[in-house]
Amino acid sequence: MKFETPATENPIDQLKVIGKATDRVEGPFKTMGRARYAYEWHDVAKNPAYGYVVGSAIAKGRIRSIDLSLAKVSHGVLAIVTAENAGKLGKGEFNTALLLGGPEIQHYHQAVALVVAETFEQARAAAGQIRIEYEKAPGAFDLAAAKDSAPMADKITGGVAASKVGDFEGAFAAAPVQLDATYTTPDQSHAMMEPHSSLAKWEGDKLTVWTSNQMIDWGRGDLAKTLNIPKENVRLISPYIGGGFGGKLFVRADAVLASLGARAAQRPVKVALQRALMPNNTTHRPATIQRIRLGTTREGKITAIGHDSWSGDLPEGKPDGAVHQTRLLYAGENRMTATRLAVLDLPEANAMRAPGEATGMMALEIAMDELAEKLGIDPVELRILNDTQVVPDDASPPSKDDPQDRKGDTAANQAGKGKRFSQRQFIECLRLGAERFGWNKRSAKPAANRDGMWLIGQGVAAAYRGNQTTKSAARVRLDSRGGVIVETDMTDIGTGSYTVIAQTAAEMLGVPLNRVLVRLGDSSFPVSSGSGGQWGANCSTSGVYAACLKLREMVAQKLGVSATDAVFSDGRVRVGDRDVPLGEVAGSAGLVAEDAIEFGKLAKEYQQSTFGAHFVEVGVHVATGETRVRRMLAVCAAGRILNPKAARSQVIGAMTMGVGAALMEELAVDKRLGFFVNHDMATYEVPVHADIPHQDVIFLDETDPISSPMKAKGVAELGICGVAAAVANAIYNATGVRVRDYPITLDKLLDGLPDVA
Amino acid sequence: MRPFTFERVRTPAEAAAAAARHPGAKFVAGRTNLLDLMKLEIETPTHLIDVNGLALDKIEPTADGGLRIGALVRNTDLAADERVRRDYGVLSRALSAGASGQLRNMATTAGNLLQRTRCPYFYDTNQPCNKRVLGSGCGAIDGFSRQHAVVGISDACIATHPSDMAVALRVLDAVVETVGPDGSTRNIPIAEFHRLPGDQPHIDTVLRTGELITAVTLPKPAGGAQIYYKVRDRASYAFALVSVALVVQKDGTGRVALGGVAHKPWRVEAAEAELPKGAKAVAAFLLADAKPTDQNAFKLKLVERTLAAALAQAKGAQL
Repeated sequence: MKFETPATENPIDQLKVIGKATDRVEGPFKTMGRARYAYEWHDVAKNPAYGYVVGSAIAKGRIRSIDLSLAKVSHGVLAIVTAENAGKLGKGEFNTALLLGGPEIQHYHQAVALVVAETFEQARAAAGQIRIEYEKAPGAFDLAAAKDSAPMADKITGGVAASKVGDFEGAFAAAPVQLDATYTTPDQSHAMMEPHSSLAKWEGDKLTVWTSNQMIDWGRGDLAKTLNIPKENVRLISPYIGGGFGGKLFVRADAVLASLGARAAQRPVKVALQRALMPNNTTHRPATIQRIRLGTTREGKITAIGHDSWSGDLPEGKPDGAVHQTRLLYAGENRMTATRLAVLDLPEANAMRAPGEATGMMALEIAMDELAEKLGIDPVELRILNDTQVVPDDASPPSKDDPQDRKGDTAANQAGKGKRFSQRQFIECLRLGAERFGWNKRSAKPAANRDGMWLIGQGVAAAYRGNQTTKSAARVRLDSRGGVIVETDMTDIGTGSYTVIAQTAAEMLGVPLNRVLVRLGDSSFPVSSGSGGQWGANCSTSGVYAACLKLREMVAQKLGVSATDAVFSDGRVRVGDRDVPLGEVAGSAGLVAEDAIEFGKLAKEYQQSTFGAHFVEVGVHVATGETRVRRMLAVCAAGRILNPKAARSQVIGAMTMGVGAALMEELAVDKRLGFFVNHDMATYEVPVHADIPHQDVIFLDETDPISSPMKAKGVAELGICGVAAAVANAIYNATGVRVRDYPITLDKLLDGLPDVA
Repeated sequence: MRPFTFERVRTPAEAAAAAARHPGAKFVAGRTNLLDLMKLEIETPTHLIDVNGLALDKIEPTADGGLRIGALVRNTDLAADERVRRDYGVLSRALSAGASGQLRNMATTAGNLLQRTRCPYFYDTNQPCNKRVLGSGCGAIDGFSRQHAVVGISDACIATHPSDMAVALRVLDAVVETVGPDGSTRNIPIAEFHRLPGDQPHIDTVLRTGELITAVTLPKPAGGAQIYYKVRDRASYAFALVSVALVVQKDGTGRVALGGVAHKPWRVEAAEAELPKGAKAVAAFLLADAKPTDQNAFKLKLVERTLAAALAQAKGAQL
């Protein structure tokens, strides 16, 4: 179905199942160990051999020679794949660097070999026997050094690289109150629990890969392209995924090497990327340098707003879209954004949870806090004062060759000046949050509150993230016993897709939740939106909605009545005096309906976004500068919340990740050797339980009929946007020390803390 | 991982004999560090001698009023021991501040002392590291050195010793008891047990080839307020940026050792005379010869401030 006009009342509005806090339907499988992940399909792909990946020891240069002689005769070795013997490989549309390097090396830990052996230990031992001679080439590894010569990027996700409205320079120069500050955010790693893993099996020229991937159809296409085989010969199966955060949007070395290894060994082969390879071998969120200029009237009305951002990537790579929200979040007549992209020889930069806004809000929302202080205005009130109900910046339509907008119908975030937001309850989020958090008890003066050895402060930041809509298809079967099976290649990366899809089908067909079986993550199912850009829940359930609507029509047709007259409830369909069990209508052959949701002009006529506000209280140790987050509150306005329990889990997870970004996450760059040094979980620190306090999440009661028939939006990325800045602002409020370089580790605070010794 | 042979021994004499037979052997007990390093081929022993059967898992009083801690006592058990908690609080606290519950359940007293540095260049076999391959250079000195040592360093190595427990043992004047491959025993004061890197950073301790730790003894309780203050980038499960082990008496005298700043637990007894003058004076003394990098220079100030916090805590006062 085409979604061209705002949704009117529909079966979802019954809210018998949708909108209810619902335990995840696959939860028991996960707790019992019966949910199989990519590495665990050995009973289906029998007798798999094990692959071990060898990563490049240099950041840039060439392999002069590879000596496999010792490794080949090592115990249990079945095959060794290198670029030399792998045959001609293509490169995926979504990949920047090659997934099997050699002889040219593009980045550190780029895969250069896969050893396949009977056991994992044998493969690892043999990998240690491979002798590689490299010829190092000089590379660029320092963003700050490359910044001034970095050219303007071609584009950012969801728009152009640079934009101008009015006369920014003139207005900024004339503004009686000005803020001009530069912020930095570091490279970050997704650090999801499950590493990139694949198990590959060939049957003739047909390839099946059990993998861990967020976007099945992208992956299927790119795996085929990389292996130079027809797409229809590839089947991807990815029903359970142990976290992705954007790190599994694309086919990575595990899938390609498992496929090549299985071909070479003539056996199923499984590969789990070693943890220590993940940060350098796969993608990461790139570091940014961001300059923000804000000019206001004395009363705090923004008259000039400018955002420059620099990031780096390999040649032909992508910039971080940090300026994106600055076109949309605050009012102001004179505006500019610019995105520059340096060529760096560090590993491949790419999407990580809320790419663009996550980093952009880290900078913009400190800048707003600094501005509020300059103006002597409460930071909540400053944001409210500069709210806008229309799009203030005319960013141009999205580029079709941008991965996140690749599917022609994605109408993400592109704005037109004066266009309205489909829903914008930003002020409501701020006001409600301030009330619930007790914001009025905060001291505007920094370093004014203490609890024993702890300096206490509170901070606020806006949350903003675009709501992207993209085509999504599903197939729904009704069997003779009234059971419903939903099939779509949608993925559940821990988000709750199984559950919201089951809820949608149950609501649409009037069956209990436990009569719905959801099957996901198989490329033989209809192509869905996949999971990314927080579009998954809204788009995939809308696809299921469309298929269910079709099924309702088929049921009605079988009964010889109009679908609009039929009432689907309690596993039965009622029309007038007739009351028939659904299974009976389906008959022994069952009924099957397949449809897709396709989003049309509404996405272009309105700016669709999600909004929120983050409130954080921290304690900073007066002597050591250790920061401990004491409480957190997020208020979110993100359309209809399909499953408040799953949505809350997404938001508290995102808030946790935001705390990581604020306080500890940083891939440390060795600027001489060109690699991320802290490439394991011991040294790339993410928050542990002891770092996270009680977290409150409030969802505004909102529906957005412009967004989809579900009237829902994404929420999982909104939850991270702004969190780090709220923490940073709370630290400033606690200590009076303004840190503009993330993460805010204690060494950056020590000089500004009171004398204690 | 390289191929290796493996045997279990039942007595210290058997262990010594096994070590004598296999010059490339390593002892293994808790397996929380050595096996990781073997998987990465950072450690490549040809023979492993499993000492878990040695019955060295008791904590017993000594004749002079101290405690003898068997080499195989697990970190969790040691931290929870009533006598340790009562009389050697700094040790119990240091142990609990280290690693995770799961690791502490496995890790032994002797193994904790013998764990290797967590320097990321040591762990990445593509990179130069004099501790891993003597003569290959040091990646950290001009590289990522935020966690690294600031005192007692050399041009060859700026690695730290990662143990929390060892810092507490240092402040308690513990003694390491060993048996050699020839059956001879010796007592090594903890102060002399760990080495500074010098030009031989590949050697962490003064243990000789085949020498086995059998126990760690604590002298009679030191009394006083005992504090272990560990500072790190997250609240748990991270190595110290800086840690302070402090024993301070009512009269203001005391002892202090530092973790996270050197290749060994860092204690300068002469500095302790400055304790009544406060943290600044003690820290200045302790770190007088510090040579930090740009990235870890903050540790000097952090030591001073953490010591101030620990001293305040000992007094039950606020800063």
